Amino acid sequence: MKKLTGLTVPLFSVLIALFFGGIMIAIQGINPFLAYEVLFTKAFGSVDGIASTLAKATPLILSGLAVAICLRAGLFNIGAQGQLISGALASAWAGYYFVGLPSLVHIPLALLFGATFGALVALIAGALKAYRGVHEVITTIMLNSMVIAMADYLASTPFKEPDQPLTRTPAIQESARIPDLLGLPFGFFIAVAFSIALWWLLKNTTTGFRIETIGKNRHAGWYAGISVKRVIILSMLVGGGVAGTAGAIETLSITGRFEPAFNAGLGFDGITVALLGRANPIGVIPAAILIGGMRAAGSTVQFRTGVSPEIVDLLLALILFFVTAPILARLLKSRHDGVSVTSGWSN
Amino acid sequence: MRIQARYPIAIAFLALFGYFYNQNGIVATSVMYTAIQFSLPLALAAMVGVMCERTGIVNIGIEGTMLLSAFTAFFVGAILKDTVLGLFVGVLTGSMLGLLLALMAISWKMDQIIAGVIINILAAGLTSFLYRQNYSIPGTLSPIKIPIISDIPILGPIFSFHGPITYFGIFFIFALWFALYKTPWGLRSRAVGEYPSSADTAGVSVVKLRYINVTIAGAVGGLAGSYLALEAVGIFERGFTAGKGFTALAIMIFGRWNPLGAFAAALFFGLSQAVTNQLMIDEVVAIPQQFINMLPYALTILILAISAGKVRPPAAEGIPYEKEKA
Repeated sequence: MKKLTGLTVPLFSVLIALFFGGIMIAIQGINPFLAYEVLFTKAFGSVDGIASTLAKATPLILSGLAVAICLRAGLFNIGAQGQLISGALASAWAGYYFVGLPSLVHIPLALLFGATFGALVALIAGALKAYRGVHEVITTIMLNSMVIAMADYLASTPFKEPDQPLTRTPAIQESARIPDLLGLPFGFFIAVAFSIALWWLLKNTTTGFRIETIGKNRHAGWYAGISVKRVIILSMLVGGGVAGTAGAIETLSITGRFEPAFNAGLGFDGITVALLGRANPIGVIPAAILIGGMRAAGSTVQFRTGVSPEIVDLLLALILFFVTAPILARLLKSRHDGVSVTSGWSN
Repeated sequence: MRIQARYPIAIAFLALFGYFYNQNGIVATSVMYTAIQFSLPLALAAMVGVMCERTGIVNIGIEGTMLLSAFTAFFVGAILKDTVLGLFVGVLTGSMLGLLLALMAISWKMDQIIAGVIINILAAGLTSFLYRQNYSIPGTLSPIKIPIISDIPILGPIFSFHGPITYFGIFFIFALWFALYKTPWGLRSRAVGEYPSSADTAGVSVVKLRYINVTIAGAVGGLAGSYLALEAVGIFERGFTAGKGFTALAIMIFGRWNPLGAFAAALFFGLSQAVTNQLMIDEVVAIPQQFINMLPYALTILILAISAGKVRPPAAEGIPYEKEKA
């Protein structure tokens, strides 16, 4: 029964969001059924479509994991966006700066750079939460804006590609480029491996148990002798590292360099992915594939029907609303087991 | 701000202002004028936080409230060619979002942080989907010349010629302070935020008071958004509230959940931005623009790091009220 509700609430929330989104499309004088038909056939109707959907889903799985793992520890990491951008820039730098490395060294090195710099950004928020009691929602949002400004500065001045007007870094070396596997982006398999690893970590290790205990009841965990500070910092480091890896994979397999506009929104979509996947590391995979498909098909929908591609932003917002609003769970006659992250500003 | 620190800060500020006024009077007063303009939306947004949190509701959706209200205010004003009507709709939008937060947080007992984030994402999604280019309002709300004050040398150019929302906003901040500390409504509100079961026993309807306050606070957020779209800049862009709703929360905490304290903190924020702007214009310092953009965010984190832990939020904040069963 619990398994069933775990699926019905996300499914119903997607359907209700599509219903309300359809009304918004109809108001614009466009047939919503046609728009949705184009959206879903483009995203899931062909081999090419599925490949580009999975490519779009790759960073979303990881940014979804970055939010989900922190939610498990009772932290709301809104900062996946900043952590992802930090990782994307760091891996782009490692990708073009080191010359003459074999791919087997260069790719992991660039990924490590991405993960490290993503984790460093998250560490600021984690340390402020653990030692100063500053709520992570505010710090991660502020850090997002700061990282965006910082990355823009770095890509426009010290790391800028010389002799051209654009704000961007040089292209990464061929040795840092992540190849495709079986016609699918290899990064997708890395992302799935991360999902399984984090699922295993939460389920089968003491660290995972500590994270879950602190997430469920911080005070009980503290009484049981778990270091709350350490769990907070660890979860933020893992979340930031995963988000940084998302940015790195995006740079090394899709964009090939860092340019400020490239990664817009990938981290924010992670919030919707995580909550739609019910903060479950395996659950984020289908959630990311659904949202990745909508993102991949957005511009085709505009081209074929004239609906602006921002319809996807609206649909995602509605999905998020319905998946978290317990009214839906109540309508489906089940107990709502929502995530709880409120704990005031300074404790 | 602690009472001991108040007077030295005020004296230091006046001395600095006097020094710069002596150097260049027009620039010094125009920096002060801009500081008020920069701080007003932050101060009003912080009042949203104060009103909600004092009754025990965490409102992290101020950013979204401002964004959607600015949007409706601007486009209603532009389409109907009536700025004042736009303002009315902006405030109404804000109160609707306040009502939505109240519904999620009070009736549905949702996690309040998640409820606020939903408001932000809904507002961002709606505004970016519905946004259209090439619209303009017939004109920003016109500045008001305050009769006597405008003739006083230094004070005139600083405090006169602001728009109507600015004057109403400043009046509202003082009125809110008075209402919160000197009226029965304020006592009840604060009691509900600190110890709702006692307030309930004393005959105060916790749910009703929280609903009312969060909805009014939403309207104030709508006013802050309308200020940006109709009085300060007269345009609307996607995501143009640029984190002000979150900075406002830091300002609220720095001001210790007190309207006047938060107003002082907002003025400090506005002043620091106005001074940096002036330094850029004068080319005194050659800081890259990106670092200037980072300033309010860095200040927000810094202020929170300093003041969190030292200040005490309302005790019942963030906890849905469950009536005890006999």
